[in-house]
Amino acid sequence: MTIYFRKRQIVLPGEVLAEGNRIKPGEGTFKEANKILSAVVGLAEVKGDTVFVVPLEGVYIPRPGDVVIGKIVNVKLTSWDVDILAPYLATLNPVNALGKQFDPIKNDLRRIYDVGDIIVAKILAFDRTQPPILTTKERGLGKLQGGRLVRMMPTRIPRLIGRRGSMINMIKKRTGCQIVIGQNGLIWISGKNIEDEELVVRAIRQIEREAHTSGLTDRIRALIYRNGKKEEDLNEH
Amino acid sequence: MSIKNYSQEELFKDGVRIDGRGANELRPIKLEVGVLSRADGSAYIEQGNNKILVAVYGPRELHPKHLARPDAAILQCVYRMATFSVDERKSPAPSRRELELSKVIRGALAPAIFLKNFPRSTIDVYIQVLQADGGTRCASITAASLALADAGVPMRDLVAACAVGKVNGTLVLDPNDVEDKLGEADMPLALMPRKKLITLLQMDGRMSKEEFLEACRMAINGCMEIYKLQRQALIKRYMVIREEYEGGEEEDA
Repeated sequence: MTIYFRKRQIVLPGEVLAEGNRIKPGEGTFKEANKILSAVVGLAEVKGDTVFVVPLEGVYIPRPGDVVIGKIVNVKLTSWDVDILAPYLATLNPVNALGKQFDPIKNDLRRIYDVGDIIVAKILAFDRTQPPILTTKERGLGKLQGGRLVRMMPTRIPRLIGRRGSMINMIKKRTGCQIVIGQNGLIWISGKNIEDEELVVRAIRQIEREAHTSGLTDRIRALIYRNGKKEEDLNEH
Repeated sequence: MSIKNYSQEELFKDGVRIDGRGANELRPIKLEVGVLSRADGSAYIEQGNNKILVAVYGPRELHPKHLARPDAAILQCVYRMATFSVDERKSPAPSRRELELSKVIRGALAPAIFLKNFPRSTIDVYIQVLQADGGTRCASITAASLALADAGVPMRDLVAACAVGKVNGTLVLDPNDVEDKLGEADMPLALMPRKKLITLLQMDGRMSKEEFLEACRMAINGCMEIYKLQRQALIKRYMVIREEYEGGEEEDA
């Protein structure tokens, strides 16, 4: 097998990434004859025998297991419709919200989630034939109250999280804010004061802009330091 | 149209065209990617006096639902000309020509896109011609394919497009408005450059078989040149930010 790119090189649609019989096409790539080509604008990488491209642009495509933030847009008799900023409207069934059977005669779904509510949910199932099914049964899922919502390009969320959460944990620790990240690009922030929240928003904007550069964690750390958030300030709380 | 009625000799004399170009020369092209912040992807092209803006949305939810395909996304293109884009004010009502070009552009872009990845949804391409000077369909396709890449829509390849005209019995690359209207023939061609697959081929006027084959060769070479510019424009968008921090250490994500 031959690989035609440097690690994390910016590649374009139709660019030949690798050639060979044993190599597998990963996400953001496709195979033609024994060549692997990029389908999107992104950063090319190899892991084992798989070549994949981390996209730099794109809308959110639901994946089972993802935690997302969504807005209730419709309450039906026995389910909710949730806008998760994807090409498909998600469905939340009462069984997956309450953990028990729901009787539409005795109860009203609006008492649990009403139109306009913002919820954190996990995607239970999604395939080509049905809309994404959500659940809010697990810990940490459910309605969000207070705080603020920021929208970020969903393809750049992995940089905000960092390797094993290194980036987001650093931001949380240094700013003292509670942060919930939806894989669909919505981020919920709640801090002790507006300045802290605003600092997080600035960090998010910088990560979004510079997602394809290296040494980002250090620059974000510096940004937070410059704004007077030292570790000792936070240890007092 | 109030264009001066040039004779064929005036259009092409001693190897020089009416705007000073040689027969095998493209107009100056400027490409810019990501010019609109509200759209998922966008691009702007200036090709000679053509000025075209393209916005791409999607894949997104499709309304009305009955248009949806259960196995793939649909591609919707809207080609519109601004009222001020031509010499004589264009009526703002959608014209037959605009509708036809929308259809033709959709056909030129669709083979490059992995529509099967997004069943039941839509990808919308909005093309706004701000200033027209001949060859807007080709310039639109060139820009639309960049806007699609900028939107993160998975594609087999970019699409580049370029026309060949015939004036005073000579084939000329990338004809402008005057050459298009007064010339003897006009042949737009769109190409997926990697495998040289043609996704659009139209012609009006007359050409001999030999002229037609030569025109195809010229158009394909023109498209390859445009393809280079397209790649540069896409990469530039990210390299500018990356270079600010050049020499960075190994990755942490």
